[in-house]
Amino acid sequence: MLWLGVAYLGALAALLITSLWTQDDFTGTIQRTWTLDNFRDLFTIDVYRTITLRTIGIAALVTVIDAVLAFPIALYMAKVASPRLQRLLVIAVLMPLWASYLVKAYAWRGMLSADGPLAWVAAPFGLHSPGYGVPAVIITLSYLWLPYMILPVYAGLERVPNSLFEASADLGGGAWTTIRRVVIPMAFPAIVAGSIFTFSLSLGDYIAVKIVGGTSQLLGNVVFDNQGAANNLPFAAAVATVPIVVMLVYLAAARRTGALENL
Amino acid sequence: MSTAISLRGVSKHFDQVRAVDDLDLDIVDGEFFSMLGPSGSGKTTVLRLIAGFEEPTSGRVLLADEDVTRRPAFARDVNTVFQDYAIFPHMSVQQNVEYGLRVKKVPGAERRQRAEEALATVRLEGYADRRPHQLSGGQRQRVALARALVNRPRVLLLDEPLGALDLKLRREMQIELKEIQREVGITFVFVTHDQEEALTMSDRIAVFNEGRIEQLATPVELYERPVSAFVAGFVGTSNVFQGEVAQQLLGEEGTFVIRPEKVRMSSEAPGEARSGPAVCAAPGVVREVVYLGSTTVSVVDLDAGPTLTVSHQNTDSSIDAALERRDQRVVLSWRRDHLVSLGAAPAAPVASPEEETA
Repeated sequence: MLWLGVAYLGALAALLITSLWTQDDFTGTIQRTWTLDNFRDLFTIDVYRTITLRTIGIAALVTVIDAVLAFPIALYMAKVASPRLQRLLVIAVLMPLWASYLVKAYAWRGMLSADGPLAWVAAPFGLHSPGYGVPAVIITLSYLWLPYMILPVYAGLERVPNSLFEASADLGGGAWTTIRRVVIPMAFPAIVAGSIFTFSLSLGDYIAVKIVGGTSQLLGNVVFDNQGAANNLPFAAAVATVPIVVMLVYLAAARRTGALENL
Repeated sequence: MSTAISLRGVSKHFDQVRAVDDLDLDIVDGEFFSMLGPSGSGKTTVLRLIAGFEEPTSGRVLLADEDVTRRPAFARDVNTVFQDYAIFPHMSVQQNVEYGLRVKKVPGAERRQRAEEALATVRLEGYADRRPHQLSGGQRQRVALARALVNRPRVLLLDEPLGALDLKLRREMQIELKEIQREVGITFVFVTHDQEEALTMSDRIAVFNEGRIEQLATPVELYERPVSAFVAGFVGTSNVFQGEVAQQLLGEEGTFVIRPEKVRMSSEAPGEARSGPAVCAAPGVVREVVYLGSTTVSVVDLDAGPTLTVSHQNTDSSIDAALERRDQRVVLSWRRDHLVSLGAAPAAPVASPEEETA
């Protein structure tokens, strides 16, 4: 446990320290002098600000889409389906997690291509595939992280006693009133718990965007390119602290809803 | 008196199980009606059929002479107090109580006033802002009651609401529930497996067994004149005579029941306690004496075969004498008019209420 803490927190500390160093422009070697230049660049250069906002925006949108899709599925699984169907649905939700991430991302590349299945389905309605770009990234990430939202919400709803739904009906509440006033408030901590997964996974992603994102970049790409192609590890570390800070703020907010007890 | 609830030929089958079997029942406006029976006897299913949580397999449910068989729970003028109370944990006491009114779009001021009144009825003034997890079991039970009463339903359904409370609190709530019912004048339909609870509170009691009503009567009638061995065994303790034993001891064929407190026990002495036209007597040996505070219960093996339970009030100082009676010979006697005849039918195995759980 202690070693786990040292290894885990140590890596984070090393990251933070690295972000305060700089790089020699000629030789590309790391110079261990303390500086805030990396962070200054991050906040003053427009393109990085755009990328940061784009990344947070995509992560937020993916989270909202997953919550909206997951809630009815989880509600059906937890409260409507027979025990047998319930087990089958849990397996069905878990199944995509067994497939390789890359395979799924490339599958969506195929789905979204100009002559792919999506374009074929949309064509009769005068529509076409959204193509590769931010919408494609949102669709792909929503698909990839959906199980991480369904499972906690399902678990959360399963814990709600049926008598609460009956009590709402008994007091005159129809199906919609019951969902709005009882089910959603009861499921809210579980939704927040699921959103921690969908939000943080989206925030750090850089592969899906490479495969279906066209030319758009996310924070993950900047990190990847800086330590790979540009070999600027200190700047990559500085970029990487952004999602960490965002996640810390998010977790602090989530804690207030009691969502962390739902994990 | 008009009828609040009528069930006409109602059956409810779950797969192969007949939870409720061709039931006819009328519950009068304003009465405290109890449904008593062991678990699995169908009493809770009947309650759920009235509430609208279940649809009958066949038959009709009428509320105030209106057919509501196919009407969903939210459109019926009845409210339920659930066994687990089903208090909404994400709302305050006030919000819980106001829920039904809010859903029916009652204006805010009236809502608050009625919620206040309902909380006063269940003696929970000053608890409006509490959260459910801050309440004790008894207080939650009262919130559940207030939440139902605030809607002024025609009928209030209570599904073993006192089952989770400890004995002392349960006794207090029994009396309080009865008072509240008189105060508000609403028909209460109360489900319980506790015969004492049913006897304490009810105007009438229906004893359920295997999806049917075994007997429907007032508490006094039910206790004094049970119509079957099942009722005799489930409501209070009974001594049953049947077959040859009945012939031998009572001089009559058939099945007879006598309550433990109606049997007198005296020491065996010549010339005392003889069988006569008005009194029966039988000698035996005391096997066990149980002291219960206000009463003492003795178990006596009669020479004629059966074992009888005898109880008497500990009103005088002869308790020591009673406790020393173990293994001694005694004579039991009882008045013939205290015997209840169950007819000649062979008695079904008698379930004892102590063995039942919720």
